[in-house]
Amino acid sequence: MQEKRKAANILIYVILTILSVIFIIPIALVIMNSLKNKLYISTSPFALPNSESFRGLKNYIEGLTKIHFMDSIGYSLFITVVSVIMIIVFCSMTAWYITRVKNKLTSFIYFMFIASMVVPFQMVMYTMTKVANMTHLDNFVGINVLYLGFGSSMAVFMFTGFVKGIPIELEEAGLIDGCNPLTMFVKVVFPVLKPISITIAILNAMWIWNDFLLPYLIIGTKYRTIPVAIQYLRSGYGSIDYGHLMATIVIALIPIVIFYFMCQKYIIEGIVAGAVKG
Amino acid sequence: MQKNYKKYFPIFVLPTLLAFIIAFVIPFFMGLYLSFCNFKTIGSAKWVGLSNYLYVFRDSAGFLSALWFTVKVAIVGVVSTNVLAFALALLLTKGLKGTNVYRTIFFMPNLIGGIILGYIWQLLLNGILIRVAGVDLTFNSTFGYWGIIILYNWQKIGYLMIIYIAGIQSISGDILEAAKIDGANYVQTLKKIIIPLVMTSITTCTFLALTDCFKMYDQNLALTGGAPANQTAMLAMDIFNTYYNRTGFAGVGQAKAVVFTVLVLVISLIQLRITQSKEVE
Repeated sequence: MQEKRKAANILIYVILTILSVIFIIPIALVIMNSLKNKLYISTSPFALPNSESFRGLKNYIEGLTKIHFMDSIGYSLFITVVSVIMIIVFCSMTAWYITRVKNKLTSFIYFMFIASMVVPFQMVMYTMTKVANMTHLDNFVGINVLYLGFGSSMAVFMFTGFVKGIPIELEEAGLIDGCNPLTMFVKVVFPVLKPISITIAILNAMWIWNDFLLPYLIIGTKYRTIPVAIQYLRSGYGSIDYGHLMATIVIALIPIVIFYFMCQKYIIEGIVAGAVKG
Repeated sequence: MQKNYKKYFPIFVLPTLLAFIIAFVIPFFMGLYLSFCNFKTIGSAKWVGLSNYLYVFRDSAGFLSALWFTVKVAIVGVVSTNVLAFALALLLTKGLKGTNVYRTIFFMPNLIGGIILGYIWQLLLNGILIRVAGVDLTFNSTFGYWGIIILYNWQKIGYLMIIYIAGIQSISGDILEAAKIDGANYVQTLKKIIIPLVMTSITTCTFLALTDCFKMYDQNLALTGGAPANQTAMLAMDIFNTYYNRTGFAGVGQAKAVVFTVLVLVISLIQLRITQSKEVE
């Protein structure tokens, strides 16, 4: 029995290890090819770099300068950070207010947020682009307003679920101490919302960082975020340089991997919470 | 106390509400209206009634073929990701040492954006295809189809696995212990205890994968770009192409978007129904 069990466990480890290798191969392949000359990438992607095909970090240097990839990293970082902060601050306030003040208007607003969650982006893709042009939100600052708008339904929904569980006595005590509702919210409610705020921040950061269509349509010609820049590298020039493509992909993966290893625990908790609630 | 709060509406609600109205509410109703119009710019819209919708369902090479392709991807994609994710979750909840490392690896692709995923797999799959068959992914739609399925599995298995792990871990150890004492073997335990108790996770994951498949765009764009001849274009890509790559078809594109929205809505309503009926039990 003991022997059999041991054998079974070893088998499981073997299966898991083989699968892990399969999961890692695609990324390893990109890293390997990012060091090779473009001619050798499309013809023999599985060959290790040799003296003929190896070109060190040249793909990285050229890729970075050719499509102004540093700018793209900057735009992506700026938009992700600002949008996420806006979503957390404004949506937590909204969620708290419409939970505490129950009237027809707030119920209607809540209903609208919920209803909008099922609508796919393509429904508003074209018209939203026009509205963004008309309201001059078509730049890397204005796009944050659009992300707040698109992110609000899910964020308000998740915050509302959490606010319902906060004992109201806590807030009343704050008000009796002479705070107005706004300072009371900042001092009493917001700190309590910390766990759900982290979850929502992670879910939204992952979405915005990787989002392609919205930045492509709204600001794609002037300010290219990372996914837009990579797609442009593919379609914007006559013939594609696979060396540059591989190098930019590796650079784009680095922040994701760092982020993942830094907050893996929160990411996984957030995924579970988001999936079950959303 | 509510009265005291009333004048704070502009501070607490208005910023979110305004952004929501600009990004979603106005575009949504404008889009609904424009689906009944013929237009090049919004100012020149002319009411044409249902003709855009009639076109959508008559043009078999466009929307309907994209719908059929999407359904094919969804059926195989949903089943394969869920079965594999569930199997991995079972292996990783056996209490073996060091399984966290595997969990970390399996989940990582899910953090990578669709465009990047598409190019990673294009390199790998084209490399294999050129070696074996001498052609690349764009050669025929079967290659593109399986390419999308493989990419989708790589991306989604880890994500669904995490949800299944949470579901399996929430089963109380007493029940499993009781089953063991009663002499149940592993297959029996799996069939009679584990699967029924994680039914909520199964519903969640099935619909997550399903809506995800239906909305897929980035991966599709980067991996096949619809090639050859839009045969591997899924719904979202067909809508985009109708809008931006065919002049004079914006109205049809918007009508397609409305039909697409209704499809996604129906899927969500079915999910809600199933989830609610489970909660009653």
